[in-house]
Amino acid sequence: MNAQMISMVALIRKETTRVLRIWVQTLIPPGITMSLYFIIFGTLIGRRIGEMDGYPYMEYIAPGLIMMSVITNSYGNVVGSFFNAKIQRHIEELLVSPMSEASIVIGYLAGGVIRGLFVAAVVSFIALFFTDLNVKHPLLTIIVVIMTAGVFSLAGLLNAIFAKKFDDIAVIPSFVLAPLTYLGGVFYTVSLLPDFWQTISRLNPILYMVNSMRYSVLGVSDIEIRDGLFMIFIFFILLLFTSIFLLKRGIGIRD
Amino acid sequence: MKALSVNDLSKQYRNGVQALKSVNFQVNQGDFFALLGPNGAGKTTAIGIITSLVNKTSGSVQVFNSDIDHQLSLAKSYLGVVPQEVNLNLFDKCINTLVNQAGFYGIPRPEAKKRAEDYLKQMDIWEKRNSNARDLSGGMKRRLMVARALVNKPKLLLLDEPTAGVDIETRRMMWSFLRELNNQGTTIILTTHYLEEAEQLCDHVAIIDEGEIIENDSMLNVLGKLKKEVFILNLENSLDVAPKIPGYETSLRSPREIEVSVTQSQGVNDIFTELKKIDIKIISMRNKTSRLEELFIELTNNQKEEQQR
Repeated sequence: MNAQMISMVALIRKETTRVLRIWVQTLIPPGITMSLYFIIFGTLIGRRIGEMDGYPYMEYIAPGLIMMSVITNSYGNVVGSFFNAKIQRHIEELLVSPMSEASIVIGYLAGGVIRGLFVAAVVSFIALFFTDLNVKHPLLTIIVVIMTAGVFSLAGLLNAIFAKKFDDIAVIPSFVLAPLTYLGGVFYTVSLLPDFWQTISRLNPILYMVNSMRYSVLGVSDIEIRDGLFMIFIFFILLLFTSIFLLKRGIGIRD
Repeated sequence: MKALSVNDLSKQYRNGVQALKSVNFQVNQGDFFALLGPNGAGKTTAIGIITSLVNKTSGSVQVFNSDIDHQLSLAKSYLGVVPQEVNLNLFDKCINTLVNQAGFYGIPRPEAKKRAEDYLKQMDIWEKRNSNARDLSGGMKRRLMVARALVNKPKLLLLDEPTAGVDIETRRMMWSFLRELNNQGTTIILTTHYLEEAEQLCDHVAIIDEGEIIENDSMLNVLGKLKKEVFILNLENSLDVAPKIPGYETSLRSPREIEVSVTQSQGVNDIFTELKKIDIKIISMRNKTSRLEELFIELTNNQKEEQQR
């Protein structure tokens, strides 16, 4: 293994250890939140809604809820970890070392993806208490979860790079991420919306991720799976290179 | 060979502050080099640029001939840095701090663990290896930061006020450790406000003030430029007034202590001769402040006066 690879593995190990060390903060809350969603939206309200796209409502929302947890947790992991490193200044441990900017980005990205995968496993396990999850396309499901976790880990990293105070890392999840997630078809099919709002919804990247996941698990989707994967891939590449570019320029991390 | 070469280095921060104004200095391999200056003089900015924590405005920096603009990774691989402010991950165990840092330098994990043990032991904090950094005392945090900076076995170690706020015992322990490290061939650049520390440890000194180097020479030559030294003489018997010694300025500091100013051209022998003549017995003698401190004040005051003119 060359030096860059060793340094990247060291950062990945550090970030993974962090996720597991603070498991009460990282893995339990999404489990509790999603249990409540399943109980309230799935069991209590879902019974009255009946079927959606040919599936019981509980089963219909399960992939979206898994994806919602993956999005919020992978984002939260990287934004929290990187911003804390900036505030406590131990980001300097990385910056003074010969690690390349790409290795730093991949290290944090991996931490976010690993948390996303853990959370997806926890929420999927909880979902099994409420509904059957007969995954139609297992490999595709794993790819969609990893890629989506990757996209939002990178988005969290960008947020942390620009953030100067704690408010800055709370604003995006509250005012951007949450509305886009709720309007991204987690709880409904966009085909229920009037044409105008369907068009607007298609501008929401999270719609593509939620529906890619729904297609992977249930085989139904509001969008073509090809479009979904393309969007996820494009966002991933765009955010990856933007993050590396910003770190190379020292934006948000160097005076 | 030059361990560090800083050429025409300038830094202007976004708020308009010009922290460095075309600074030049070189550090030879194996030197113990003091970079001194008052608060806000530009020392930390210079170290920040060398370690790539601060972007420079212009100029160039080479670490063992590797330019930080073109061979940054190679240049950084030679460096170890102990910053002025505590920048530890306070929730990490001490051992993990070192093992991770070694990993960031591309050192394989088994070797990283071995080095972490070595340096924690050398810094006398091995017993605290499983404690979180936040549970350490201030002195221990400093020692942990020194251990962390050494884990990649740097050829050039940059210490930005490493002994600030630590007790005398820890400071002395660190001095002896650094001396030994330098004797083994590590080039060391030290910034400190304890000028006695610099005078004892360093063989070269640069003084920076308001972003400009105002002195840069060997410690011996720099101290040789001191125009006046003040000595304190402890007397056996009490006095009411300061004795008059021809050619010397004297004053009574306390009934059993007198201060004598000695210029560069004068010796101290005459003082003893003159005092003996008037039956004053001296028990001991010491410098009022460190010689470097006196010179530092003289130089930085001159700089201020020049600017006022």
